[in-house]
Amino acid sequence: MCHLGEKVKYFECKLTIIVHINVIFQLLEGGNVELNGAQIVIQSLKDEGVEYIFGYPGGAVLHLYDALFQQEDVKHILVRHEQGATHAADGYARSTGKPGVVLVTSGPGATNAVTGIATAYMDSIPLVVLSGQVPSPVIGSDAFQEVDMVGITRPCVKHNFLVKDVTKIAEIIKKAFHIATTGRPGPVVIDIPKDITDPSVKVPYHYPKKIEMRSYHPATSGNKGQIKKAVELLLTAQRPVIYSGGGVVLGEGSQELIELAHLLGYPVTQTLMGLGAFPATDKQFIGMLGMHGTYEANMTMHESDLILAIGARFDDRVTGKLDMFCPYAKIIHVDIDPASISKTVKVDVPIVGEVKLVIRQILEGLKDAKYKIDKKSSEMWWQQINQWRSIECLEFDRQSIAIKPQFVIEQLYEVTKGDAFVTSDVGQHQMWAAQYYPFDKPRRWINSGGLGTMGFGLPAAIGVKLAHQNSDVACVTGDASIQMCIQELSTALQYNTPIKIINLNNSYMGMVRQWQEFSYQSRYSHSYMETIPDFVKLAEAYGHVGIRIEKPEDVRPALERAFAMKDKTVFLDILTDRTENVYPMIESGKSHHDMKLRVAIGTTTDRELS
Amino acid sequence: MRHVIAILIENEAGALSRVAGLFSARGYNIESLTVAPTEDPSLSRMTLVTRGSEDVVEQITKQLNKLIDVVKLIDLEDIVHIERELMLVKIKTTDKIREELRSVVEIFRGKIIDVTPTSYVIEMTGTSDKLDAFIATLDKNSIIEVVRSGATGISRGEKGLHL
Repeated sequence: MCHLGEKVKYFECKLTIIVHINVIFQLLEGGNVELNGAQIVIQSLKDEGVEYIFGYPGGAVLHLYDALFQQEDVKHILVRHEQGATHAADGYARSTGKPGVVLVTSGPGATNAVTGIATAYMDSIPLVVLSGQVPSPVIGSDAFQEVDMVGITRPCVKHNFLVKDVTKIAEIIKKAFHIATTGRPGPVVIDIPKDITDPSVKVPYHYPKKIEMRSYHPATSGNKGQIKKAVELLLTAQRPVIYSGGGVVLGEGSQELIELAHLLGYPVTQTLMGLGAFPATDKQFIGMLGMHGTYEANMTMHESDLILAIGARFDDRVTGKLDMFCPYAKIIHVDIDPASISKTVKVDVPIVGEVKLVIRQILEGLKDAKYKIDKKSSEMWWQQINQWRSIECLEFDRQSIAIKPQFVIEQLYEVTKGDAFVTSDVGQHQMWAAQYYPFDKPRRWINSGGLGTMGFGLPAAIGVKLAHQNSDVACVTGDASIQMCIQELSTALQYNTPIKIINLNNSYMGMVRQWQEFSYQSRYSHSYMETIPDFVKLAEAYGHVGIRIEKPEDVRPALERAFAMKDKTVFLDILTDRTENVYPMIESGKSHHDMKLRVAIGTTTDRELS
Repeated sequence: MRHVIAILIENEAGALSRVAGLFSARGYNIESLTVAPTEDPSLSRMTLVTRGSEDVVEQITKQLNKLIDVVKLIDLEDIVHIERELMLVKIKTTDKIREELRSVVEIFRGKIIDVTPTSYVIEMTGTSDKLDAFIATLDKNSIIEVVRSGATGISRGEKGLHL
């Protein structure tokens, strides 16, 4: 195959192409070649440096699949459901920082992808989703497999395009990647009618190196005056706290955050999405905050007099009741998206900019500042925080005969030496993974925080594994979540992505059950799974290894065995304590200092389960 | 509080639905919305009238700015500006009221642009308040139809909303 970038080779193989491949490249003035629409799409992806495209074929994208077939640079990963394609591309994107690319057909292919697009949108993940569309002349006629993809996805994309002209494809693809990856990242959909990719229509191809859009100029560095105000507040605060979120991961600001936190010596709490940006094993880390955050993190937030929020968006799962949120604190908020600032909580010093650059600006400001940190008040503040820490809110019953899910995560941490990529689905297991697996590096913790999409974990793990083939990838899931995208076990086999599935099986939709226990007097309405498949047999049916674990002492050896099988996907079906709840918990409508803590270990509760 | 937001937006299919969709998705209200291409056919100018607290309007302008198709926008409430709205009213007339109606139209500096033995069509421009005031002078039963464009606005002085 001829690579366009290599001109010498191009001339050598020109003849071969004309004769054998039936793809006629025509050299034009300026070195442009003529390609058909389908070839332009694929060539644009190559020129953009795309490694993988996750997709599923269908009528409207057959021209594109034919063009994919005739090249090897962009590797196609065939999923078993379009939702899986978007989550796999999303996992790839979250773990690498590069945009994930998806290709689906029109109609049901497109609608199946919507959940994954919305998932990426809520967590600001860069995706470029190519969807097929019925041919332009029949758009609007309710044609077979027609759906208004641009209309359906409008509220859950950063931007979307309908391609109307084959000569505009390359420019639109460039714009899509530019929009998806810059500023606050997000998914971009390109809807491509079938006639646009018609193999018989050829036009000159040129992929733009750079693109300028008069209507899109994301912010970069922060306003100097605001930085100055922030520095002053940071140095005069008595009870400060750094609250960082997913923006620090997405904005590659981890090193800067660590430097800033160490320079100031202030406590750091992170959101579910931010975990890993600041090392969880660092002594300044006080745990995750919010609904299932640690006692010390939530109390520190509540009692603080200054919050430095970086790349976090004051989500309702973080703030709890808004009028009771951090009553004594002044707030500095650093975010790339001006619309995230003062959206739910009014802030005192808004700073719009890339977190990486803004933290550097703050660091410089601190060096030049005339004030110094008040060591004495800092010491008193830490004494208070350590007192809260001493409650040990994450302690659980280690003598239990039933397998405690927290114990499983702790063992997973030890077996993988804290260095695995961990994806998760949504529910109790997600919270336990966040609480008991201390992430020390960014992009290691891959979960659907904003949309809370069950079914995310398995396909995401496949995407992560493709990007990090020499790393351990674990998918922490539950018996309900895993069944939402279970078909992707087949994809895992086809592309040999050996992941380890840690199924915390309590035969419940655990988080639903927990809320029903706390708020609905234990009326467990439809949260019990009557018929759960035999996951071991299921894994085996898909060609993988399945192991069932029923006793605490078997957990560690099973995990070790699973991770020793480097080339196998292993499904660990771990039967855990069915009554276990996630603690601490701020119930909805309550504030940070109003947490539900675990009852003392050893005391039993009379909880009736269905 | 009422705010008039002037928006320069890419003149592309779907641009309007992005704005309308944003308002419905986030629960903001649109009192009126006018849009047409500008002297540069690649750009449309939109005038949007909305109501909300300062916080809500701040979010509205931020969210609008976030739309990729929006090139620039300005909240006219923040500056000295002029507003105009066009209205066409069709009124059932009797010999008795025709003369009186003509003088009221004159007072409001409107024009009668269609006449039949039994009806007038009146054209009037002005601020939305003025149009309301004119409607209030009419006998409700005589009104056949009212067409209003929604407010458009422009800032006073040399400065303007352009590329």
